[in-house]
This record gives sequence, structure tokens and C-alpha cells, in this order.
Amino acid sequence: MKNFNKKQICVAIFAALGLAASAQAQVSDNVVRIGVLTDMSGAYSDLAGTGSVVATNLAVEDFKAKNKVSWAIEVVSADHQNKGDISSNKAREWFDRDKVDVVTDLVTTSTALAVMKVAKEKNKIALISGAASTRITNEDCNDVTVHWTYDTYAVANGTAKAVVKQGGKSWYFLTADYAFGQSLEKDATDVVNANGGKVLGAVRHPFPGSDFSSFLLKAQSSGAQVIGLANAGTDTTNSIKQAAEFGITPKQSLAGLLMFITDIHSLGLATTQTMYLTEAFYWDRNEETRAWSKRFFDKQRKMPTMVQAGVYSATLHYLNAVKAANSDDTQKVMAMMKKTPVNDFFAKNGVIREDGRMVHDMYLMQVKKPDESKYPWDYYNVRQTIPAAEAFQPLAASKCSLVKK
Amino acid sequence: MTEIFGIPIQALMGQLVLGLVNGSFYAMLSLGLAVIFGMLNIINFAHGAMYMAGAFFAWMGLTYWGIGYWWALILVPLAVGVVGIVIERTMLRWLYQLDHLYGLLLTFGLALMIEGVFRYYYGASGLPYSIPEELTGAINLGFMFLPKYRAWVVVVSLVVCLATWFVIEKTKLGAYLRAATENPRLTQAFGVNVPLMVMLTYGFGVALAGLGGVLAAPAYAVSPLMGSNLIIVVFAVVVIGGMGSIMGSILTGLSLGVVEGLTKVFYAEASNTVVFVVMVIVLMIRPAGLFGKEK
Repeated sequence: MKNFNKKQICVAIFAALGLAASAQAQVSDNVVRIGVLTDMSGAYSDLAGTGSVVATNLAVEDFKAKNKVSWAIEVVSADHQNKGDISSNKAREWFDRDKVDVVTDLVTTSTALAVMKVAKEKNKIALISGAASTRITNEDCNDVTVHWTYDTYAVANGTAKAVVKQGGKSWYFLTADYAFGQSLEKDATDVVNANGGKVLGAVRHPFPGSDFSSFLLKAQSSGAQVIGLANAGTDTTNSIKQAAEFGITPKQSLAGLLMFITDIHSLGLATTQTMYLTEAFYWDRNEETRAWSKRFFDKQRKMPTMVQAGVYSATLHYLNAVKAANSDDTQKVMAMMKKTPVNDFFAKNGVIREDGRMVHDMYLMQVKKPDESKYPWDYYNVRQTIPAAEAFQPLAASKCSLVKK
Repeated sequence: MTEIFGIPIQALMGQLVLGLVNGSFYAMLSLGLAVIFGMLNIINFAHGAMYMAGAFFAWMGLTYWGIGYWWALILVPLAVGVVGIVIERTMLRWLYQLDHLYGLLLTFGLALMIEGVFRYYYGASGLPYSIPEELTGAINLGFMFLPKYRAWVVVVSLVVCLATWFVIEKTKLGAYLRAATENPRLTQAFGVNVPLMVMLTYGFGVALAGLGGVLAAPAYAVSPLMGSNLIIVVFAVVVIGGMGSIMGSILTGLSLGVVEGLTKVFYAEASNTVVFVVMVIVLMIRPAGLFGKEK
């Protein structure tokens, strides 16, 4: 201590204080808090749920491994029970009391729309991965929300186009009777019509259901070549299972408009073989996706879905933007996120558009036959990469008020 | 083609048959509930969870120990019944003297816990269970292809339901049971072991739910949520049939399945509300239910 004189010590202390103060000014309370609001207990808890929390933690881990930052990162999570009111209350509590900076996942359209509004009101960020409706980037868009992984347009576009091109010209829809199902049916109908196919009709089933045989029989008597399943989760898996039981497949074919790898896992390849589906991510697509998915698998004992991979990608991009902007101020971070292309195993040169849509390549998959599958979770053949420019609704067609026309 | 109200008669017949299939599940589950309510005065909210457990036990038996469907039909209801007996012995028996609400709360809590445990270990998206080979394929009824398995479900359910009704209403054992419900103290005074009977009744009631679960496993996905999706409708069936009425719950279960099937033809969107509409109408006209006796 003798080597230091008083003056030097004073300078050092002031310098240290100054540094700390400046760091605090940049990132509020010196902690970036990420809230994973997801379905922990309901029908979608397998495709998001704790897996989304695992994905978020992996993103934090990877960010910390590459970057030295003075601020801490905390991850909190909660169950939104797929209900709009519960999710908006939780988001409000997080933003007001717990100083959460960003909310991720949001598995259903109802929860996503509710939390987007709260985020806008509190000037915080919402990164949506699980929800599907195109309303998020159209009628209900705002400047603090990014829709990351997929939407009804993207999945309907990929699958319906492919099936029509394979000769499935006449369609009949089996639709879950709520906002998401109707949105999916509408988007798919547009694609079928645009590609020279014809829609013969639709039957709306209550959500959630367990017995679909009656609806399937209606679809069968329509004589359509393709029965489009505009539903999700256990509704879809039950429809597929029962279609096989009633001998509807393989005479008529099924097109699952929104399916996840967990659905295929649950149904088995014997029932789902040769079905087409569109996804934003497949774990076994290349070295990079495999490497990450193995890490995920070690923690979760299941391969990741596109929703979980999307949560990782969104979280990592957000953290990088906070570092680059040297701030957790919502506008600065959003500007940085939109300015920087998204580059990770999930997306290459992904871009966040002004309507909040993150556009990236989508993949048309075909489910393997049982004898083609060589190891666990070996389920898909990637049939086509749908380039980002074609995969999503064109910006010109967007109804978002933020899009300058 | 002949049509009724613009609906081809073939489609109508098809939906009627399917309604009967669903009705068999309703009948078997509501029968279990009715037996338990009639004998124990407990509103067993854990019934859906027991049905789900039945399906899971069947799946676990096949996956872990290679126990096939036919053995599962016998073993799983026994296993579920034992679980029920444990619940009755350790928890429910303390509640018989209290208000219905306590039993309802306890069983509701149990249902949530059982569901939670299965969801934690097996996830929510469901597990595959295939139809036994002997019952694959379909029967051509002329107006539709009825999968053999569905026909089998109707047959099993009818046999089990009628046998239960017969035992309770027409045999000496059933007479004891009914006497024990009417006046437990007096029945015990005659040397009948009432607590034992109550315990076995609860075990039998939930075993019926377990059997329902085994029957459902090949037809629907084996999922932790399958019970809670069904249980509300089944409660409505019990209320419509008249709380505690054995024949009432069987007939109501089957006929509501048919009503639901018909609704699916004419206005599919209303098919999961129609049961409750019927419930409101029945309660307005006959508050004790169609087959219930006013006390």
C-alpha cells in the first residue's frame, strides 16, 4: 500500500465509481432479464414448455462464452396456460415489478396478442416464437414485437403448394374452430386456389377435441383428394390416427398444415409416412443444427422443435443486440436487432422486417417411411428449401400500419 | 340417394353409429361415477385421471413388460382398482361424514396431481398405442366402414354396463350394497361389513374408468390430458341421467353420444356444447335428472 499515495487512491476510486455508474446508465439495474412465457402444462408443453427454457439458457450460455460483459443475465419463466388474460397479467407483473426486459416464446395466438399489447404499453420487447397467426405482423403489429419462427402463411404456403403440385388438386379442410384454425384455413385456401387447386368445403370442429371420426367421415364423403388439417397438437395427431383407422387414408391423403416433430414422434412413422409438412428447423439438417440439438437433447431428452430452436435464436440475437447497442433501451435494441442480420444455426442472413416479421428460409419436409429411419428421431427428408423471399407473406401485402407504402 | 333435411341418409347412419361408439365411453365412465356417488356420496373428480391412468398403464405394460392388449384388459382395471382402494383407505374415508364439497376438492386435487405426474414424465403430446391385430380392419355396414375396433368397444361397454346393472339391482350382493347406502348403521348391525363394501365399491368404480382407458388407448392418443377433456361431459351425463342412478347413466351416456353425433352432422360447431344445452333443459324440467328420484 505504501507505493500508493492518497491522491492515486482517490483517482482510482472515482474512476471505478465512474465506470460502474456509466455501466448502470447503459443497462438498467445492470441486469438483463429474459422472461420465457410459455405453455408449461397444456397441449403445447412438449413443443415449447420447459424445452423453451432450456433453449433460452443455452443461448445465455453461448452468449456468455463468447462475450465478456459487465452486466448479468437472468432467465425467469412462467406458464401462460394458453390464456390471454393470464399471460397479460404475468407480463405486466414481470415488466412492472420484476424489471423483465424481454418476453419470449408465447405459444398461442391469444397469449401473443395479449402480451404484445402490454409490451407496447410498457415499452418492452416481445419475441414471439410459438404463436402462429399472421395477425401478429398484420392488423395487430407493433414496433416492439418480432415474430420469429413461423406463421400460418409460411406453413400453409409450403405444404399446400407442394401437395397441389404433386397432383392433390381438390381439398377439404378439417379446421379447429378458433382464430388460429381459421387463419390457417384461409391462408391454405388462398395457396390452393392460386396454384390451380379447388377447395370443396370445410368442417369446423370444436377445440380441443378428441373424437374426429364424424368430421373425417364428412371430409371423406366430400370426395376431395386431400384433407387439409387446419389444427394443431393433439387435435392433429388424433385426426391422423383416426383417419387411418377409418380407412380414409391412403385413399385420400392428409396434409397436416401445422405439425411439429413432436407430433411425428407421438404418432410414429407407420401412421405419418410420406406426409408433407413445412418447418423452420430440423435438427438433423446439417452439422450445425445437429451439434446444437445434441446439446439440447442432453438436457431435455427430446430433440428440439422449431419453436424451441426459434427461442434460442431470438434470445441470442437479442443479447448480441444489447451488447452492440451497449444498452437495454427498447428502441436502441430494436433498431440494432433490425439492422443486424440473424446468423446462427437456425437462420442464415435472417432479416427482421418493419412489420416485425423475421424472414428466413423455411423447409419442406416429407416424413420418412419406417424402413428409411435409421436412428431415433430420424424422421424427415428435406425435400425443398423455401427461400426467405418466398417463404413469408410479401411485405407489400402486409396490413401492418408500420409498413410505409 | 335418399336425404333427410338435405343430409344423405348414409352420412346420417354413419354418424349415428359413431355417436353410439362415443356414447359407450360416456356410459362406462358415467356408470362408474354413478356407482361411486350412489354408494359413497363422493363426487369423484379423479375419475378422468383414473381413465387416463388406465390408458397409460396399458401403454406402460406393453412398452416396459410386453403385456399385450388382451391381458391389459384384465390387469389394468385391477391395477387401477387397487390404486382406487389405496386412495379410499388413506384419504377418502375421512370425508364421508362431511359435505360433498370436501370429497370434490380432494378428488379434484388428486386429479391435478396425477395428471401433473404423467405430464412431467411423458409429456403432453401423447403416445402411440396400436390396435390389436385381431381387431384391425373394418366391417362394411353398407352405409359406412365401421372399424372392427369401434364395434368391439360398443360390445364390451354394453356387456360391462349391463352386468354392473344386474349385479347391483338383481343380486343379493347388490341388495346389501343398496341397503348399506340407505342406512349404513343398520346394515352393519346385521353383520354386513360396510366399510369393506364401500372400499370395494370405490375400487370397482375407478376400475371401470381404468377399463375405459384401456379401451380408449388404441382409438385416441394416450395423453395426460385425455381424462380432463372427457370428464366434464361425463359429469353432465351423470347429472342428466340423475345422480346415482345406474340405468340412468347407462342410457343417458349412450343417447347423448347419439345426440352429439347428430349435432356433428347438422351443426358441427355446436357439438361440444349440445350436451350442456340438454343438461340445462333437463334440469329445468326435471331437477333430479331423467332417471333420478326427488328426495
